[in-house]
Amino acid sequence: MQETTANQVAANATSSFTEHLQRQRPDLLPFGQLPFGQQHPAGNAAAPLQAPHGTTIVALTYAGGVLMAGDRRATMGNVIASRHIEKVFPADQFSVLGIAGTAGIALDITRLFQVELEHYEKIEGTLLSLDGKANRLGAMVRSNLPMAMQGLAVVPLFAGFDRPAGLGRLFSYDVTGGRYEEQEHHTVGSGSMFARGALKKLWRPNLPERDAVAVAVEALYDAADDDSATGGPDPVRQLWPVVYTVNRTGAFRVPEHDLAAMAGAIIESRAVAQREA
Amino acid sequence: MTQQFYVSPEQLMKDRADFARKGIARGRSVVVISCRDGIALVAENPSPSLHKIGEIYDKIAFAAVGKYNEFESLRQAGVRYADVRGYSYDREDVTARGLASVYAQSLGAVFTAEQKPFEVELAVAEVGSSPDEDHLYRLTFDGSIADEKGFIVMGGQADKVSEAVAAGWQGALDFAGAIRLALAGLVADKETTTLPPSAVEVAVLDRGSESSRGTRRAFRRLEDADITALLAEEN
Repeated sequence: MQETTANQVAANATSSFTEHLQRQRPDLLPFGQLPFGQQHPAGNAAAPLQAPHGTTIVALTYAGGVLMAGDRRATMGNVIASRHIEKVFPADQFSVLGIAGTAGIALDITRLFQVELEHYEKIEGTLLSLDGKANRLGAMVRSNLPMAMQGLAVVPLFAGFDRPAGLGRLFSYDVTGGRYEEQEHHTVGSGSMFARGALKKLWRPNLPERDAVAVAVEALYDAADDDSATGGPDPVRQLWPVVYTVNRTGAFRVPEHDLAAMAGAIIESRAVAQREA
Repeated sequence: MTQQFYVSPEQLMKDRADFARKGIARGRSVVVISCRDGIALVAENPSPSLHKIGEIYDKIAFAAVGKYNEFESLRQAGVRYADVRGYSYDREDVTARGLASVYAQSLGAVFTAEQKPFEVELAVAEVGSSPDEDHLYRLTFDGSIADEKGFIVMGGQADKVSEAVAAGWQGALDFAGAIRLALAGLVADKETTTLPPSAVEVAVLDRGSESSRGTRRAFRRLEDADITALLAEEN
């Protein structure tokens, strides 16, 4: 345990859990560690492996914070792989992430990211800055690039409360790990363009928190209306979207009964209108 | 060619142990108390940033006395061990027993194989759902491990402090009571009768963190203001 030279100590000092795994246990990382150029046995771009895919995530800012909502469906080709999957998670006390893309890898990247943030906090004794968290997530998405080339892409959406700046911020990513800060609202996944259209009409600056949650649920409703891979609110099975709000006091999950009431109100208002769309 | 003097293994081990003990006794004490609300960890430590107490995992905390660089490297190794284990198996598979045994092996290996032993003494505490399920492990510089009941006192004039804590310890204490008791213990070897909150480092492992704070992470560091407020509460 005692190091012989200062250099060695400095080189080994890392606050990153991912870096630690890369050195000590690369087999535990969710993204394959194959030598460059070697094909993954999973499949190739021409005939991608059939695996469950997560679909639509929406995120938007509101007065005093930012929120993220995801539907509950995972699909595998034309089949519904899961009606219960959750795709929005708290990353730490002040940030949340949502995932679209290959569900298995995405869930593992989420877990790794959660441990990464907690690990840093425990080793360093302070929270990582919001930009620092967003950059770490970008690095993880980039590490998954070889898998993405073979059709197993993961595209996250990241939102958090920037405590020094006192505002909620949103970040989107591309498969190469590119990180883009978004203004107002953003969506990812197969139903994202429909949800985005809805948000453009429903979102306005400084929405109160409760209205913002209703806007997110309605945007997902519109996505589910036009995208077969996105699940709408399901009153039969009592399934509602997963919604997390993040504000100055932390990240909180919106309770089921609130979401049930909001989804119910949207379904009712659409039924009353008796219109095609 | 220089000839080394013969030193008997007994003498060698004794010298190493004396060396480590002296180093540990030079520092100030740390008290870990299991009570009704959870586990309270109190260290005499004027620095607000160089901690002697740390979070390892959801229900597990770490406290140490001795040389900062040595116990800090052990703390970081413990966090890595716990995070890797929790990530590869499941969060509930990380236990204080497993961690303490890794610490014992590391300390034992350093004690016998390295130039000098670690001048540290560690406590690994795990809070359970009831006080009977709390675990307190004491680890000494030579890799010895002891499963303690109720409380642990390490470092400085540990005997005097331990006596004072033992006199007041009971399982039904709440956090305020446990911290008061620890502070009373810490002044047992001094002229003064009270320690200001700025001279101590206090953290707790909250038994009901899921219900009271909505988090599975039981560890919470108390700021000076929190300590003052907690101690102001009536018994």
